[in-house]
Amino acid sequence: MAILLQFAIGLVFGAGLLLSGMSNPAKVLNFLDLGGIASGSWDPSLAFVMAGAVAVTFAGYRHVLRQSQPLFAEQFHLPTKRELDLRIVTGAAIFGIGWGLVGFCPGPALTALGFGSRAAFIFVGAMLAGMWLARFLSHMPSLSRIATPADPLET
Amino acid sequence: MTATSFTPVASLIGGALIGVAAVMLMALTGRIAGVSGITARLLPPYEDDQFAGRLAFVAGLVAAPLVALVVTGRLPVQTIEAGTATLVAAGLLVGFGTVWGNGCTSGHGVCGLSRLSMRALVATITFMATGFATVFVVRHWS
Repeated sequence: MAILLQFAIGLVFGAGLLLSGMSNPAKVLNFLDLGGIASGSWDPSLAFVMAGAVAVTFAGYRHVLRQSQPLFAEQFHLPTKRELDLRIVTGAAIFGIGWGLVGFCPGPALTALGFGSRAAFIFVGAMLAGMWLARFLSHMPSLSRIATPADPLET
Repeated sequence: MTATSFTPVASLIGGALIGVAAVMLMALTGRIAGVSGITARLLPPYEDDQFAGRLAFVAGLVAAPLVALVVTGRLPVQTIEAGTATLVAAGLLVGFGTVWGNGCTSGHGVCGLSRLSMRALVATITFMATGFATVFVVRHWS
């Protein structure tokens, strides 16, 4: 039951990416192109995607997180880390460069697999390799000692 | 470069759907809807027993265009202009960066900001800034 529901949630998430235009790299790149404001090619749509998503999530989380536990789990698994570190800045900076090169972040890249496009398979294959490399480095004792002792994937 | 039209209503509703999914995942499984975290945890090493649920979520993302095709009779517009070398380089950067920085557009940008997390705010500002800078360099410095 929980597994089926998680598939359905993935579908809703994917539908949101498709309807919003977030799944279209051309639209993402036109949003990221601030130089296009002067020439008239700037597409501010993605600001509306973020606004809609954050408004609903903010309101929904306030309600859900007041419950004693989730429906299908013993407890909420929320990130506990609060302090800023170099990793969150360098990682995000690297991610942004890749995002700006093609216009894909992880969610839209995965929905693009369903389009059956060759480009999406190449991108997702490389993305998984990059993820594996980062996890591998995170789990190396010498690195994790200086970088972060906590769960390397914690948001 | 392909021109795209400004779609405030569809984007706002689509964004709200993403929010609905994020809230549902928290209500059911108690977890953040961060696509990079969910996807990366499909790779070893495995730290918990949530593999099947994560795979189901990712399968839902992949299946979404097929459902759209069945419902609307056509696939949504998608234009990818990058060549193979750029796709590989960008994929590596996105995969590495999102795991190294603990999240992507969904985990930091949607869920993290909604939790008023300072870490998520810093990450979101950072990847937006390098995203803007990268497109500027690619489109206007060549």
